[in-house]
Amino acid sequence: MSGSSTAQINHNEKKAFLVKTSSLKDVRTFCREVFEKLEIDPSLKDELVLAIAEAAQNIVKHAYKDKPDSNDIMVVEVSCMNNELKIAFYDRGTPVDPQKVKHRELDNVKPGGLGTFFIQEIMDAVEFKDGKKPWINHLVLTKQL
Amino acid sequence: MTYKVTEEGDTSTVFLDGEIDMDKTEGAKEVIFPLIDSGKNVNLNLSNVQYMDSSGISVLIESHQKALEKGTKLIVKDVSKSVLKVIMMAKLEQILNLE
Repeated sequence: MSGSSTAQINHNEKKAFLVKTSSLKDVRTFCREVFEKLEIDPSLKDELVLAIAEAAQNIVKHAYKDKPDSNDIMVVEVSCMNNELKIAFYDRGTPVDPQKVKHRELDNVKPGGLGTFFIQEIMDAVEFKDGKKPWINHLVLTKQL
Repeated sequence: MTYKVTEEGDTSTVFLDGEIDMDKTEGAKEVIFPLIDSGKNVNLNLSNVQYMDSSGISVLIESHQKALEKGTKLIVKDVSKSVLKVIMMAKLEQILNLE
């Protein structure tokens, strides 16, 4: 998917959230507020919010699958520099094996398996980096604005 | 997410509201699935749903498949522009019964 470029503002902002499904709305609100500041086109904003929410959901659903009662936090960092938008996620859940992160085939219609597809469809790059202490997972999504 | 249900003949219409994400899907299923299980046709009105993620899309797929199994029909009606965009991204506009 593509969006029109609008942002010319350099910005960095991050926020911590409890790793809970109830935090997903707060993640979206945080990102919408940052994108307002960046004056990102509304249509692209909706797509970016979806990609970010899916990545946060993956942390709750997969990285913390075995720790549903954890009170850990995840951090979402949005930065924009020279029209390149980067969204970084930090968590201390089960280490992600990038080789195993795959979406289902679209013509194999069944519930689930679309979150990663949405992320890949919307963003230009998806990169799993080594999490530096105290983090275990560090995901970076990039989009040229 | 809030909802209301109206009945007309053998068709129930479920009006969902708000944002449907992983935190809200169980609530949506608890409303929709019993109606399908009871053999009713179900209209799912999404005109007031402004946001839906992959979890919400899964509820649509699961409801659609459940209705097929039960021999009833699930129609997804009045989909908001933002949700339609997500449905189309998942290439489900030809799979789900959209009106």
